Amino acid sequence: MGLFTNFLKKFLKKLFKKKREIRLGLYGPPNGGKTTLANKITLDWIGEEMGKVSTIAHETREIQIKEQITIKSKGKELTFNLVDTPGIATKIDYEDFIKAGLKEKEAKKRAKEATKGVIDAIKWLDDMDTVVVILDSTKDPYSQVNITIIGNLEARKIPVLIVANKIDLKKSDVKKVQAAFPQYDVIGISAKYGNHINNFYEALFKVTNA
Amino acid sequence: MLTLQFIPYSEISHLSPDKRIQKLLKVVKEEKIVLLEGKLGSDEKSDLIRKTMEEIDDKFKGIEIEELDIDKKDKAFLEKIRTVFINLLMGSRRGLTIVGPASIIKEIKKDPDKIMLFTEDVKRKRKK
Repeated sequence: MGLFTNFLKKFLKKLFKKKREIRLGLYGPPNGGKTTLANKITLDWIGEEMGKVSTIAHETREIQIKEQITIKSKGKELTFNLVDTPGIATKIDYEDFIKAGLKEKEAKKRAKEATKGVIDAIKWLDDMDTVVVILDSTKDPYSQVNITIIGNLEARKIPVLIVANKIDLKKSDVKKVQAAFPQYDVIGISAKYGNHINNFYEALFKVTNA
Repeated sequence: MLTLQFIPYSEISHLSPDKRIQKLLKVVKEEKIVLLEGKLGSDEKSDLIRKTMEEIDDKFKGIEIEELDIDKKDKAFLEKIRTVFINLLMGSRRGLTIVGPASIIKEIKKDPDKIMLFTEDVKRKRKK
């Protein structure tokens, strides 16, 4: 039933919204660098940042959208609406936020908003045309959160590009990410310092068939 | 005391996806670690995450989940076809899924044919 509904939705979308802009989603676990990458993209192409970044997890707790971003490379153009989503997690403990320096009330509020953010991020999966999954390349890529996100995108036939972020860090292991998801293009970048960002833009053209 | 509860696939196979998730979460919220025969589909896993988020409060902090494949990756082609048919007919009962409360399971590591559970020191935590 779910598969049929998805198929019908996609068919109707294609039929009536042929000229609709691409909705490009940034997905991944918390603190992988989704908002850092979103900021890099928007700074590079429209000259402004998209959201606040923090070392405390779950800084992005609401869906953020930046419309009409046009990127250019080798005479090609790609316009999309960029959707930065809250990190998807299986657990959220307000005590972790207290340990990170927040007051109890603030920590509980952050935890509550973060749980809502995860629910929203999952709900929005259906509305994406292409998704960039941003993983911290210093961490184990085989987590069930990563597998669940990518499995859901695969089931919905949404094109996926995997970014192995934080290559500027010593522990970064892009090859491990590639080995975990051999069926996808994996691009190693540092969203913070812009390392290999042009490879990422090139890969975006490829994954969106632009 | 750490409690493990084994749920055979036959116990959830007749349930709707919603009821399956409810059943798993109910056991996990009783501070037990579930050993489920078989694997959840990606839709079921995202539903499990969504429902977990709805249930999180000061006491329940969420879940840890991991899966173990029983199938050998290098098995013969005919054996692979057989597995696909069995899964189609009987659901994905191959493999093992571990779901537990995040307050008890600190981390689950897969290596890749064995699963290691790192638990919180519950006694010490409760004394705090």
